[in-house]
Amino acid sequence: MTALPAVAGPTALPRDGAASSSPWHFWAYFNAHLHQDLSWLWDHVWLSALPVVVGLVIALPLGWLARRFSWLYPPMLSISGLLYTIPSIALFVLIPPLFGLKALDPLQVPIALTVYSVALLVRVVADGLASVPEEVVQAATAMGFGPFKRLIKVELPIAVPVISAGLRVATVSNVSLVAVAGTIGLNNLGQLFTTGFQLSSPTAYYPPIVLGIVLCVALALTFDLTIVLTSRLLTPWRRAVQGQ
Amino acid sequence: MIANVFHWLTNSAHWDDHNGSAGIATQIRTHMSYSLLAVLIALVIALPLGLVIGHTGKGTALVTAANTLRALPTVGVLVLLTVMISPHFHGRTDLGYVLPTEIVLVFLAIPPILSNTYAGVQNVGGATRDAAAAMGMTGTQVLRQVEFPLSLPLIFSGLRSATLQVIATATIASYLPLGGLGRFIYDGLAQQDFPQMIGGGVLVALLALITDLVLGLIQRNVVSRGISGRFSSKTTAIGGAASADIIQAEVATV
Repeated sequence: MTALPAVAGPTALPRDGAASSSPWHFWAYFNAHLHQDLSWLWDHVWLSALPVVVGLVIALPLGWLARRFSWLYPPMLSISGLLYTIPSIALFVLIPPLFGLKALDPLQVPIALTVYSVALLVRVVADGLASVPEEVVQAATAMGFGPFKRLIKVELPIAVPVISAGLRVATVSNVSLVAVAGTIGLNNLGQLFTTGFQLSSPTAYYPPIVLGIVLCVALALTFDLTIVLTSRLLTPWRRAVQGQ
Repeated sequence: MIANVFHWLTNSAHWDDHNGSAGIATQIRTHMSYSLLAVLIALVIALPLGLVIGHTGKGTALVTAANTLRALPTVGVLVLLTVMISPHFHGRTDLGYVLPTEIVLVFLAIPPILSNTYAGVQNVGGATRDAAAAMGMTGTQVLRQVEFPLSLPLIFSGLRSATLQVIATATIASYLPLGGLGRFIYDGLAQQDFPQMIGGGVLVALLALITDLVLGLIQRNVVSRGISGRFSSKTTAIGGAASADIIQAEVATV
């Protein structure tokens, strides 16, 4: 097969700044292209986080419905499973015709990732609400909580651990999926991989590639830690029980 | 746009090879062979390992380590391995691109199979295990005749999740110059031929859905009805208890 050129990124960076092509000199590369790298990092941050937030906002009422009307649960599970089956790169290119956007629209990646997040979180929210012990629901009802107040003040807080486990999976996988969107020319840390690949001819040029991997892992870990800590802050009673 | 995509997909000229450029039929075969090879290698490594770790309870750190690998961006690792390996082949064969791709695909497929097999064996109740031992079964017999069949539903969900991730990532391998259905997506993009690009997306999605359906059918026939609870009238799926593990397994359809 003839070697086809990889898709050109919008700004292919020259092989300069970091004189060495050693994989360990990624930090020198980062400093040499600070402005560009930070801009891609910021794109990556909001592209990973925003779809999960929007996804949760959409999944909360849907998950509640699936719990409230149990006949809705199996079909919702099938639909979310089906959506989760579609490979990300396929979903990225299928979003524009389905939503009436132009072929390379800045919204196509956030929409695709929101679809994945909703698909994952609907089930998580429903399972989280199902994890609330029946006695607790009855006690809350007996104390005069109406259905809505009970949901907000009792059921959702108790479901926080299950929901946050789902949020962790959704966010960490989003970080990797956003990099995939970089391969079709969208601006994010995935561009570092395209840049590195283009500069690796005839010999390997590691710094941008290693930098991209390091920043993606750091971003995933930061998101993960933030969700774990927030979940702990929201559920102080769990620490009280563990402390006894 | 949708009509153009349909036109691209149904044009028989696009399905055949000509002038050395592979048509849809060839690319489907290429895509499937890359994916099948990776899943088979991963299965040979991860299934016995998961069974033994689940049975003996030793080496659980390996399962945790495999799951930590999931935080790595797949595209980045793919490019990294490619620039490391491909110069050694001087572009004479595709092997310089196939090898890094297969390595990434195998490493991608191992964690879901390993952790689900481990979780499946772990989920077998102590009473069941004791009963098997009390009937005179040896450790190996318990593993092969009791624990393995009982963990099949979870093993299958791991296998399905691994297969989907492999099919998805094999698509991204076309970003390197490599065959497979991703070829149409990336060539379509480079040539601003959007019906081709979207048509490629449709083909990848269909391949993933059909493969999952086939694996689902195999699962129905392989898993004992005593486990799946698929009897004529009363169906009690085991979903509830295992759902936490499955959520863990459902990471990134990269």
